[in-house]
Amino acid sequence: MSASFSERTVVVLNQAGLHLRPADLLARAASRFQCQIEITKDGQTVDCKSILSILTLAAPQGCQLRLTANGADAHDAVEVLASMFADGFKDIDDAESSPNSLQREQSN
Amino acid sequence: MLEIQGIAVSPGVAIGQALILDREGYRITRCQIAPADRKTELQRLEQAIEAAADRMDTHREQSAISLGADVGAIFSAHVQLLRDPRLRVEWRQLIQEECFSAEYAVSTVLNRYAHAFRSMGSPIMAERAGDIRDIERVLLESLGGHPLDVSNTGAQPGILASHDLTPSETANLDRRLILGFCTEIGGPSGHTAIVARGLEIPAVVGLGPFLQKISGGSDIIVDGYRGRIILEPDEPTRVRYLERRVDRQCRAERLNTLRDLPATTRDDVRIRLLANIEFPHEVEACLARGAEGVGLYRTEFLYLSSETEPSEQEHYEAYSEVMKAFSGRPVVMRTLDLGADKMGQRPLAEQEHNPFLGLCSIRLSLRNPALFRTQLRAMMRASIEGDLRIMFPMITTLHELRTARMLLRQVSEDLQEDGFNIAGQIQVGMMVEVPAAVLMLEHFVREVDFISLGTNDLTQYTLAVDRSNEYVADLYTAVDPAVLRLIKTTVDVAAQYQVDLSVCGEMSSTPAYALLLVGFGVRTLSAPPAAIPQLKQALRSVTVDDCQFMAKRAMELETAREVDAFLNGHFATLLPDMALGV
Repeated sequence: MSASFSERTVVVLNQAGLHLRPADLLARAASRFQCQIEITKDGQTVDCKSILSILTLAAPQGCQLRLTANGADAHDAVEVLASMFADGFKDIDDAESSPNSLQREQSN
Repeated sequence: MLEIQGIAVSPGVAIGQALILDREGYRITRCQIAPADRKTELQRLEQAIEAAADRMDTHREQSAISLGADVGAIFSAHVQLLRDPRLRVEWRQLIQEECFSAEYAVSTVLNRYAHAFRSMGSPIMAERAGDIRDIERVLLESLGGHPLDVSNTGAQPGILASHDLTPSETANLDRRLILGFCTEIGGPSGHTAIVARGLEIPAVVGLGPFLQKISGGSDIIVDGYRGRIILEPDEPTRVRYLERRVDRQCRAERLNTLRDLPATTRDDVRIRLLANIEFPHEVEACLARGAEGVGLYRTEFLYLSSETEPSEQEHYEAYSEVMKAFSGRPVVMRTLDLGADKMGQRPLAEQEHNPFLGLCSIRLSLRNPALFRTQLRAMMRASIEGDLRIMFPMITTLHELRTARMLLRQVSEDLQEDGFNIAGQIQVGMMVEVPAAVLMLEHFVREVDFISLGTNDLTQYTLAVDRSNEYVADLYTAVDPAVLRLIKTTVDVAAQYQVDLSVCGEMSSTPAYALLLVGFGVRTLSAPPAAIPQLKQALRSVTVDDCQFMAKRAMELETAREVDAFLNGHFATLLPDMALGV
């Protein structure tokens, strides 16, 4: 497993900014990847797998964020997360992911 | 055994077991654990997180079906928050490194985040604080906590220990469960203090961090006379306090024999003793202590103790209860006296830098006529049930007084048009608690039926001291020579224009200071019901000459310290038994 690195700048399109629901979807999606994923706003960098950390960014609509991922599946992760931003978190069906199984994989 | 010094805010001694309350009113059994128990505690935390997440998942599925996907999405986010890796790291750290209990770790971390979200200054982020509170509640419940409330019938009475109590928490507590209060923060003018005095429950506030040192069920003594608490007292200390409590009870019973006797000085000058109350249920205590009426009915708790703004009917029912209980004796109701920041239902001002100099009290009422009218209508409707008098707080300018009176007239006319029966003529008065009002008093007294000296605020505004600010609180004293001059002027002007005057600040409940006020010419004092028996005892033991001597001498002194020392010293020579607390 070769380590890789990927990053991309994304823009918050949602009207209410990165509020509870998008933060939830983002953290859930990020948790599915093995790599370490971080999200940066104005020099403040937080763990993208932590919904609380994402919320503390208080990113409003139009805000530019930097996604960085480090690890085997870094490219895929950034691809998926960036597309979520691009879609304004609309097209993700919450029911498709089973939150329980996701989180149990992650907790160790 | 450990003694901690705080600020005495309500007298009495309480001995009992600690009921530790977190900031949301949840009982926490203990804050600290033994180092050997850390592993078990970490397991408890993990199990509680899983149990809470499972429960929330069920909520999520049910509400997604019954209430729609949007509500379901909120629960989904809450589950995600519960399992947040960052929170878990912080919780585990507090348990591992600080030996915090799981409950205390959860509460401490989540409080910090809730506070951070609220401080961001955006309403949307402030809502996140509510989400954080929700998961705190679910987690504490999973850890076996229960809210402390009336429905919790198995609860044993105890000593309430908490960081702070908000006014609404204090108001909603079941007082049968509370023997005493001790809090980490707070000051003498805080609401815990006022409520504790109202309920006649011993209280010590401003103790600094101590919750980590106790666990639920620890023995605590609250010494509300000296402002200290004793954690896990040893047997001799416990016995000493139990004896002292018996002594005090004997003394209280002796004082109670004065109940039906008038407060008349030895040279036959009649002093009227009225009560300050906060809640309708305090009327019992007033009558038991022989109060001749209510000199100050604070109406703020109607606003502070409910989630929604109180309706006219809710106001009316509270006022009516007090009026009926006092069957014809005077009841002075003060209109809303709160800062804009305290109006939980709908904040009426953005963050103010100096709330005491800001949109508070009568200013707030005049700026929000709908709010003010609701209260005035309810008061006028209760006016036919006895001798109701209306008092406006913090009047600073004549314009304010005239506007408030005009609104009251309009409300009365509206009520009559609506077919309500109201009293034809009621007395209207104002609080004198701003130096400007004292300086302009000759004009004010022509437009009011009575005035009431609020010495607490008058002291604060005269000396420019916020007494809840620990850095300057020592500068706050009602017997500062400057404050005494304003009081004397007020009493003189009221006498000259023959306007009724009473004093309702804390000054009137301290016997030595009360005698000084009588020496100035005050004939009506309003004090918390619990203070009335000892005031009566002091007044019945002296002559007006004694009081006038105290007033004359006090006015010759130059500093607050000298005045205080003289008053207490002279009081001790006049009433040695009382001064010693025998």
